[in-house]
Amino acid sequence: MTILAIVLLALAAYLVFTFNGLVKLRNQVANAFRQIDVQLKRRHDLIPNLVESVKGEMKFEKETLERVIQARAAAVSAGQGGNTGDILAKEGMLTQALGRLMAISENYPNLKANESVKKLMEELTHTENQISFARQFYNDVVTKFNTDQQVFPTNLFAAMLGFTPSALWELPADSPERENVKVNLAV
Amino acid sequence: MNIYEQQASNRRTTVFIMAVFVGFFLVIGLGFDYFYLNFTPAASAAPVLGADGYYEASRGQAQNIPFGTIIALLVGLGLTANGFFNGARMVLRSTMARRAITANEKEQIFLNVVREMATASGLPEPAAYIIPDPDLNAFATGTSPANSVIAVTEGLLASLNREELQGVVAHEMGHIRNYDIRLMTVSAALMGAIALLSDFAGRSMRYGGRSSSYGGSSYGGSSGSSGSSSRRGGGGGAALIMFVVWIVLVILAPLISRMLAMAISRQREYLADATGAELTRNPKALISALEKIRSAVMPTNAINNGVAHMCIADPRGSLIEEKLGFTADLLATHPPMEKRILALKVMSYQAANPQA
Repeated sequence: MTILAIVLLALAAYLVFTFNGLVKLRNQVANAFRQIDVQLKRRHDLIPNLVESVKGEMKFEKETLERVIQARAAAVSAGQGGNTGDILAKEGMLTQALGRLMAISENYPNLKANESVKKLMEELTHTENQISFARQFYNDVVTKFNTDQQVFPTNLFAAMLGFTPSALWELPADSPERENVKVNLAV
Repeated sequence: MNIYEQQASNRRTTVFIMAVFVGFFLVIGLGFDYFYLNFTPAASAAPVLGADGYYEASRGQAQNIPFGTIIALLVGLGLTANGFFNGARMVLRSTMARRAITANEKEQIFLNVVREMATASGLPEPAAYIIPDPDLNAFATGTSPANSVIAVTEGLLASLNREELQGVVAHEMGHIRNYDIRLMTVSAALMGAIALLSDFAGRSMRYGGRSSSYGGSSYGGSSGSSGSSSRRGGGGGAALIMFVVWIVLVILAPLISRMLAMAISRQREYLADATGAELTRNPKALISALEKIRSAVMPTNAINNGVAHMCIADPRGSLIEEKLGFTADLLATHPPMEKRILALKVMSYQAANPQA
């Protein structure tokens, strides 16, 4: 009788412990996702300024600049739509367009000497890094959350407690971000 | 050892070091009472036949309060608390560090990199400080991730590129995440206190030795003369040995504390390097940063010996660092750069060839 009570008590304690741990991780996942959102928003705000300040110098790269502006518009509208797959695809395109712009800007010594452009470029680099690190952290936390749900014996009752595995922030298979940036240096 | 074990072990070691520090003060205080004030715990309880026919503790002995012990204990606790709560500020002040400003282009990049690494590790953003020194070095301090500081030298900002700087900051972020900073900061503060104290004790013994022997005997004469004279007569040899041990303890304290700090700091560097590689997913940048730091053999003048164990590379110039063997094991604050770079190279090779 006492043994049974002890076993039941231990089991209950284990359940409470596991449940609380999973709740904590789920909130961390949600928070990490918000962090990516914040950085993406920051990138959207930064782009018009950047395009405006390099426009004069890079008038022969109209196509590249146009693509950045279009990709930004598409990403903003995808963000308002709220479909995660759509957001991933559109943000991936924007990343690629920006990467190309930054690579090309290396060819313009006047731009590199310009103080305000330099500042904007550093800010863009910073934001791009922030996005990728936020994504990396999100994926780390999601991996931990999912693993904790899938290990034995938690996998027997995780679904009953209302936990479902979260999706990793992955690029779609046909994402343009997977391609290397092509830079044509021939003038 | 994973990072949770490392965190737990760091917390334990911090408590242990603070306890040892207070214990050390207790011994100093007891020794002071015993040798200078002739205080003996056993004698104070000796019953004396009172005038009205009762046995009571003798009045003379009752006034024999262990001032030395009480004061030493209070000072020890006070210094420990001070080291815990003000340690980071003391360390920063000793290196003349100032806050990074956004007006400067390089420092703006440094601020951005610190923010990026905070994002990558999911910790609150540390404060960014600049040490005015042309040498290449960096350290982290604070008591918890919520109030932590990362400081780099001006030379480091000038000669590392963005990715290398990121590697160094990620290394320091590793120290913050593993709670190395608490241990390092507390031990730096306590080490400084011990150095100061042993200096003081050495002086007071040199100048005060003769007068205190007179003072001791006069004190013994005024309070119960029987107790003190019997102890002097009986336990002379044992007292002498204890006195020698006490003196040796006082003299060797700074050396022992320095060795302790070195021993606890070496193993951590590997783990922080690994964390740095994990956060940036770019061990190569950290490798090239470490190589640049190594080739700058100039000592970092702004950083004194007491803070040496906190830095990414030994600030005394990397002479001991490069040697292997017993002396290096005893005296170096950091593992040899060679070994650290090798460990990182293995890491980057494994990252590039997952099946290898």
